[in-house]
Amino acid sequence: MNSPASSPLLTSLLAAPLPQRGISWLDAARRENRAAFAADGLPDTRVEAWKYTPLRALSQRDFASGDSAAGTREVDPALFALPGVAGPRLVFVNGMFRADLSALEALPDGLVLQPLSRALDDDAEALRFVLSRHYRDIGDAFARINAASALDGVVLRVGAGVKLAAPVQLVFVGAVAPVALAWHARNVIELGEDSELALVEQHLGTGEQAHLGTLVSDIELRAGARLSHTLLQNAKGANLIRRNSLRLHARAHGTMHVLELGGALVRHDLQVELTGDGARFDGRGVFMPHGRQHIDTQLAIRHQGLNTTSDAHWRGVASDRARGVFRGAVLVAPGADGSDANLTNKNLLLSPGAEIDTKPELEIYADEVQAAHGATVGQLDEQALFYMRSRGMGRDEARAVLTGAFCRAVLGDMVNQPLREHLAESMMAHLPA
Amino acid sequence: MLKIENLHARVAGKEILKGINLTVNAGEVHAIMGPNGAGKSTLGNVLAGRDGYEVTAGTVTFNGVDLLALLPEARAAAGVFLAFQYPVEIPGVNNTYFLRTALNAQRKQRGENDLDSMQFLKLVRERLKVMNLPADLLHRAVNEGFSGGEKKRNEIFQMALLEPQLAILDETDSGLDIDALKQVATGVNMLRTPERAFVMITHYQRLLDYVVPDFVHVLADGRIVESGDKSLAIRLEQHGYAGLGEPEPTGASA
Repeated sequence: MNSPASSPLLTSLLAAPLPQRGISWLDAARRENRAAFAADGLPDTRVEAWKYTPLRALSQRDFASGDSAAGTREVDPALFALPGVAGPRLVFVNGMFRADLSALEALPDGLVLQPLSRALDDDAEALRFVLSRHYRDIGDAFARINAASALDGVVLRVGAGVKLAAPVQLVFVGAVAPVALAWHARNVIELGEDSELALVEQHLGTGEQAHLGTLVSDIELRAGARLSHTLLQNAKGANLIRRNSLRLHARAHGTMHVLELGGALVRHDLQVELTGDGARFDGRGVFMPHGRQHIDTQLAIRHQGLNTTSDAHWRGVASDRARGVFRGAVLVAPGADGSDANLTNKNLLLSPGAEIDTKPELEIYADEVQAAHGATVGQLDEQALFYMRSRGMGRDEARAVLTGAFCRAVLGDMVNQPLREHLAESMMAHLPA
Repeated sequence: MLKIENLHARVAGKEILKGINLTVNAGEVHAIMGPNGAGKSTLGNVLAGRDGYEVTAGTVTFNGVDLLALLPEARAAAGVFLAFQYPVEIPGVNNTYFLRTALNAQRKQRGENDLDSMQFLKLVRERLKVMNLPADLLHRAVNEGFSGGEKKRNEIFQMALLEPQLAILDETDSGLDIDALKQVATGVNMLRTPERAFVMITHYQRLLDYVVPDFVHVLADGRIVESGDKSLAIRLEQHGYAGLGEPEPTGASA
């Protein structure tokens, strides 16, 4: 029989003892999410959200839970260094907080930044609403196992009216270990009214080892808050499954730049709720799977308040036998009059064996709505390639210049110059030869 | 410098060039005229090495080298430049970056060192003056949002920077108003040297008032049917291309 619980992945993840924190609501939430995970297992491709991302191969692997030596794993700080970018930094290795790699001295007034493990000691009650969530859907299998198992993560709060100049850096590293590991991180981020924060998040691997990392983040922007969020992912050979849930209250403005450069199997569920009137989300992203990598982005934007705006543009470049998946769903809820939604996904296939599946969806239940969406999958422009070659560039160089330009377009409106250059360089270094 | 013998070429299975013979020496300016569909642009594209143009017979040597055996980028490095009839827009690629990458790619193929950014910028400023182009053009994406005239002037500017031995101008005059045409002509004239040759493909005689050719050839139905000096262009302007293509050894039509 092939019941869900029989897969090596489930068996190995369920073999670990359930963490007990002595906080009754938290322990209960862990138990229930784990029970749901054990009962339902992993979604198959009949579940719409997993249609293009089969988990069969992943389910046949087993993972040790947690890393008892995470505190001493070798991680070169150059891995996550951002030249020209200052500011506090929180680093996690294989899911565990690493004070030695972090920079938490002299935090500015109005900023709370600490590992979840400590925040639970200080004031667990403040986290109760977010952390007692039960994930109801089989499609949320990894959020369930994350809720059951995550021992640490980030708690970040910006006080009302506080405008932080330096970006806060969050770094999650999957470090090479003797065995393949499952690690989990749970982040809770809240921007108070009219506050401002720049957040740079990195998900990195030190090697090609096929760990399984899960990250779940809840990000709340109170009225008038502004967040600029950059997410750089290069998990190398690891599997990485993440969910970012943003909720934007009245007049809040979230800007996001997402670069997905690596990973064996990578999934990013980005859920944006424009709850308050006049809230705005601007998203730019690029995914660049190569080799046999699989990168899946599921963007879901929900317009709920009056006169809300979303402007999201993702690009994909797949080479070799890699596969990219993009699903962009915009929903304008009843009563969300005056919504303005714009969503595009442009893709480049660089090899005959590469594949990108893209699916924009638009559902509108309100009036006076402006909405546009579009998706394309194409190849490099042969006219442009010949033009460049006729000027002296070799075929490969011309291809790299064109592909680089295609990807860099997502950084076009980025304000932080050093960060923008770092991201551009990371992308260029990642282009197929 | 350039020797084309009995060149036959096909595009999409259709024979377009049916035996071209042409010799171009250093320092010469040749104009190739002819009606639409005669094969003028095909000749330019075959010389530059565009995909889809199949040479079925004949030879082309450039400074003694078999040009047809070279990749497009190697032809560029050897000193052949094609100014496109329709310059291609390349979104996201900054003009300066494009030019520097192209120039250094050519220099690398020739075994020369890269120009550093200071040397390159000095060269760019110098050559920009030749074409009287606004400097902000350098910071924009290649040909993106350029007017028709700017695109053609940008081609000549690229030529000024890349300093080819042989420049093939494919209908560079088409779609230009008189001021832009004069600017293009001024650029070309400034680049005329005893070492450099030009092949100007054009439908109209107009450009030849400003860039006076040494030789004029008439291409019709894939062959050069008549050759002469500047006066041939003037006769064509008066009498049109009608009746060409039939052998008229004397070239006299009046």
